[in-house]
Amino acid sequence: MYDWLTEHKIPLGPWIKSFVDFLNQHLQWLFDGISLVLGTLIEGLTGLLLATPPLLLTALFAALAYFLHRSVKLAAFTFVAFLVVINLGYWQPTIETLSLVIWATLVCVAVGVPLGIAAAHRPWLYAGIRPILDLMQTIPTFVYLIPTLVLFGLGVVPGLISTVIFALPAPIRLTHLGITSVPTQLREAGEAFGATKRQLLYKVELPHAMPTIMAGITQCIMLSLSMVVIAALVGADGLGKPVVRALNSVNIGMGFEAGAAIVLLAIVLDRVCKRPERKAGGR
Amino acid sequence: MVAIQFDKVDIVFGERRKQALALLDQGKTRDEILAETGAVIGAAGIDLAVERGEICVLMGLSGSGKSTVLRAVNGLNPVARGGVSVRHDGAPVEVTDCDADRLREIRMRTVSMVFQQFGLLPWRTVRENVGFGLEIRGMKAAERRRIVDEKLAMVGLAQWADKHAHELSGGMQQRVGLARAFATDADILLMDEPFSALDPLIRDKMQDELLELQRRIQKTILFVSHDLDEAMKIGNKIAIMEAGRIVQCGTAEDILLRPATPYVAEFVKHTNPLNVLRGHSVMTPACSVRRDDGTVLLDRDGLVRMRVDAGDRPVGVEVNGREGSLGRVNGNAGAFDTPCDIIVAPVELKLATTIALKRKTDHPIIFVDAEGKLAGLCGDDEIYGSLLRRSA
Repeated sequence: MYDWLTEHKIPLGPWIKSFVDFLNQHLQWLFDGISLVLGTLIEGLTGLLLATPPLLLTALFAALAYFLHRSVKLAAFTFVAFLVVINLGYWQPTIETLSLVIWATLVCVAVGVPLGIAAAHRPWLYAGIRPILDLMQTIPTFVYLIPTLVLFGLGVVPGLISTVIFALPAPIRLTHLGITSVPTQLREAGEAFGATKRQLLYKVELPHAMPTIMAGITQCIMLSLSMVVIAALVGADGLGKPVVRALNSVNIGMGFEAGAAIVLLAIVLDRVCKRPERKAGGR
Repeated sequence: MVAIQFDKVDIVFGERRKQALALLDQGKTRDEILAETGAVIGAAGIDLAVERGEICVLMGLSGSGKSTVLRAVNGLNPVARGGVSVRHDGAPVEVTDCDADRLREIRMRTVSMVFQQFGLLPWRTVRENVGFGLEIRGMKAAERRRIVDEKLAMVGLAQWADKHAHELSGGMQQRVGLARAFATDADILLMDEPFSALDPLIRDKMQDELLELQRRIQKTILFVSHDLDEAMKIGNKIAIMEAGRIVQCGTAEDILLRPATPYVAEFVKHTNPLNVLRGHSVMTPACSVRRDDGTVLLDRDGLVRMRVDAGDRPVGVEVNGREGSLGRVNGNAGAFDTPCDIIVAPVELKLATTIALKRKTDHPIIFVDAEGKLAGLCGDDEIYGSLLRRSA
């Protein structure tokens, strides 16, 4: 029995490989196109941010933080955090990482929020995508890093794709959670006053789900940030690069400096993106 | 004019509806049908007509199907069989088989609803909540604001317009719910236990406010309650429900004096009759009062005699041989304070008010009908009798 099992191995590996090869041969134009568009977008944003004088940009970030939260403390923290990054000499990789995170989050939100809403309204759809979401979150990153590398070539794009695969389930799940947890009574109140499906979504469901959806987006940002080192392995620029280099050359100092920059960026993004706490609970 | 009409309505929840309805026709009970098909009979054989301007209360314990019936009026619960029609744009429209656009029309303009847990949107201000129905209808902001402020003033919340719902007390939140329902100017108001979540004092006050508002705006109200006292206080008509069926439908007095089933009798036993019973069900009627030579004898010894004219209207009274005075109660009986020997009051007077009046005189209260004709007498015996008969 054992021998029979080992002799008749299911050719899972070869299947996947020939599938990827097939994609690579026949849909090369598509992947090249995607690669070109995404690469241009990310590099465009990076270029724009890097063209701005670092101190001015730091001040702008601080101003944005103040504008969003009306908090001098947060604005001051943002300002100081970016000054430290400049001081350590990691300004450029920080901006490259920021650009990658921004695009990854945008893609995740653009795909994840509508998908989460659709899944909340159609239980069969959620039942269908749930195992896929589980797979996306549990499969080791390196496993899909290889085919994305083959399909999209070396550089920032496979980094972005891998980041999106890893971070996408968060906004989908939390959007689904937010929409399904709208109390029946509120939905009925909408219906009783004659709301259409669309009005129900925009006037009742989305506003009620908004805090949960925002939590999903914040989580998505954090997950994207946690992928920078992995993205660096396939050639994406950013703070991952010095970490990988430090690992290869056993450079403790450089590792910690780059790590500190990642942590500072993470804290700033988390605080800025978090919705201000509601004053009182409410029903 | 009928505003809401239920015509042999059955409501079934669950999968095997056809089968459940067939069993229902065979006379199976709710529990038997549930055991056999897994379907729940929400309501069965509901026939009910609610007149325009009337407050009709659906009363029953939880699970009796009262909310289920209420929610069939605006289509929140689908009807399995039978028809529900509402008066929309001056003509009855079947809610049960009109298309989605028509149903939306009805919900936007003809039928509005007040919820037990208020159903307010917590992220909106009071003003935005009240304007919700109008916003759904696509009304411009300026016009909306005018109507909303008017309705907020009506429920006495004008200065709270910019607060959020959760900053208000329960009673105030429900007033927001009321204002929201009034804002669409719907003729029909569905109220699903609107005051049950409030504490007793506030509930009482809200009931008074509702009655006061109703006097001014004359909506057709279908009201769900599990509290018979509440039902009797506010309902012109009460439909008592048990296990999905209406077991008795009538006025508060009908139900109190002539409960149709032991179930209703059990309910009625614990209610307070003081605000339900009225003069005519308490008094000794005119045909059986003692008379002597054209005067009505008001005491045992014949020393207090009331004269009536040819139309049997009280005109004067003689007390112990001297001429006494008649004090007539019009309007607010609670504030009646005219010194007199004999009190003459309208026959619709509530028992509670009658007792209050009786304390001001040693003689029976004289009840007269709308034309001023003697209707009956009410002395201590009648009052005690009416109270005792009920608790016996």
